Amino acid sequence: MNRRIRVLMAKLGLDIHWRGVYLVSEFLKEAGMEVVYLGNSFPEQIVEAAIEEDADVVGLSTLSGNHMTLGPKVVKLLKEKGMGHVKVFMGGVMPPKDAVKLEAEHGIHKVYLPDTSMETIIEGIKSSMRDS
Amino acid sequence: MSQKNRRKIMVDIDTLIEKSLQGEKLATARLISMVERGDQQTPYILEKMYPHSGNAYYIGMTGPPGAGKSTIVNKLVKLFCKSSYRVGVIAVDPSSPFSGGALLGDRIRMNAKSQTYDYFFRSMSAGRAMGGLSRTTKEASRILDASGRQIVIIETVGVGQSELDVAKATDTVLVILTPESGDHIQIMKAGLLEIADIFVVNKSDRPGAENIAHSVRGMLDRRHARLQWRPHVFMTSTLMNKGINELHEGIWTHHRYLQQNGNLEKRRKFQIKEELQQRIETELSDILWQHIIDDEKIEQLVAEVWLHKISPLNAARKIVAEWLGKGKIIQKTFSTK
Repeated sequence: MNRRIRVLMAKLGLDIHWRGVYLVSEFLKEAGMEVVYLGNSFPEQIVEAAIEEDADVVGLSTLSGNHMTLGPKVVKLLKEKGMGHVKVFMGGVMPPKDAVKLEAEHGIHKVYLPDTSMETIIEGIKSSMRDS
Repeated sequence: MSQKNRRKIMVDIDTLIEKSLQGEKLATARLISMVERGDQQTPYILEKMYPHSGNAYYIGMTGPPGAGKSTIVNKLVKLFCKSSYRVGVIAVDPSSPFSGGALLGDRIRMNAKSQTYDYFFRSMSAGRAMGGLSRTTKEASRILDASGRQIVIIETVGVGQSELDVAKATDTVLVILTPESGDHIQIMKAGLLEIADIFVVNKSDRPGAENIAHSVRGMLDRRHARLQWRPHVFMTSTLMNKGINELHEGIWTHHRYLQQNGNLEKRRKFQIKEELQQRIETELSDILWQHIIDDEKIEQLVAEVWLHKISPLNAARKIVAEWLGKGKIIQKTFSTK
C-alpha cells in the first residue's frame, strides 16, 4: 500500500493572508494528498512539524515580503535536521526576480506566483515526488 | 504514485529502531510512517518496538467536531510537560471518501513551543476506518510509547454517537461535550457517553452548559450502582482559560484509580483480547479476499442478486462455502441453505 503524499502547509511568519493557503490546501486534499495545516509559523516550528509529521513536501504561503528571509531559512534548517529530502514549495506575491533567485540559489523547489492554476501546483508536487 | 525513490538514503531499519528507542524524533516519525503505509517491515518494527511499550499512560480524547478537543489537548500537553512528562499526541482527522486525501487541522491548535515543552505531535488521517481512529493509530501510539513518551494522548476524529474505538486503545477516555450537545434525551442514549471515564463540558462560558452538566450527572446518578468508576464531570472554558487545572487533576485521579486493585491490568487485558479477535478477523478476511476478489463468480452472483434470484446473505454464504470447499475444509459450518 503506497502512502499518500504528505504536505505540510504553513503561512510564513505573521502573514495573515489566508485565502490562498486555504484554497491550495483544499485542492491538494481533493487531489488525494494528506495535508497537515499548520497555520502561522516561523521556520523553527515548521521544521519541527515537518519532522514529526514526516512530511514529503512543505508548502509556504507568503504575501508579506518575508519570502527572501524566512523561506531560505526553512530549507537550511530542514537540511540541518536531516530532512534534506523534503521539497519546499512557495506560493504568494513577490517580485518575479525573487522567485527565480529562490529557486536558483536558495533550494526552493518551486515558487508559484499569482495566476498559477491548481493543476500546475498539483502536478508540480506529484512530479517532484517522482523524480526525487 | 511511485515513491520508490522517496528516500535518497536507504536507512537501515535497525538503526531507525535503535534511534527511536533512544527518543529521536526523526526516526520515530519515520517508523510511524512505515507502519501507517503498511510497509513490509511492519511486523518486524512492531516485534522490536512492542516489548518496549506499555509504560505510557494512554489518554483518549473524543467528542463531536468543534467541541474543543485539540484546544484542550494543547492545554493539557502544557500542564503535563510542566510536570516534566514527555508527551506524545496522535490526532486523527477524517479522510475524504472520494479522493482519499485529508486536511489534518489539529496541529494548528498546538501553540506550545517545542523549545519549552517536550512533546511529539503527529497527525493521522482516518482512512476508511469508521471507529474514530485510523487503522494504525494503535501501533503509532505504541511506537511513541516505546520511544519514551510517558503520556500518550490520542485524539479521535470529531465523532457522533457510536465511534468508540478510542476506548479500546486508551486507559482514560475523556468525552468532550459542549452546551450545544443536545437535550436530556441525547444524554440518555447509548454509545459514546458510556465509554467516558471523564466528562468535559467545554465552552462553559456559553448558556446551557449547566444544563448539559446537570443531565450528565443525572444520567450518572441513575447508572451509579452499576459503575465501578463514576465518571467525574468537569466544566471548562478554554477561551476563558477556566477549569483546565481541575480537569488535569481529575485525569490523575482516574490514573490513581487505575493503579488500584489491578484495574489497569484488567482494562488492558480486555482491550488486548478484543484487539486479537479483531486482528484474527482481519487476517482471515485478507486471505479470503486474495482468493475471492478476482473470482468471476462474484459478477455472476451480483447479477443473480440484482434479479432477486438469490438474497445477498445466501449469495455470500455460497461464495464462502465454495472457497472453503476449494481448501478442502469441511463445509458443515457454512451451509448455503
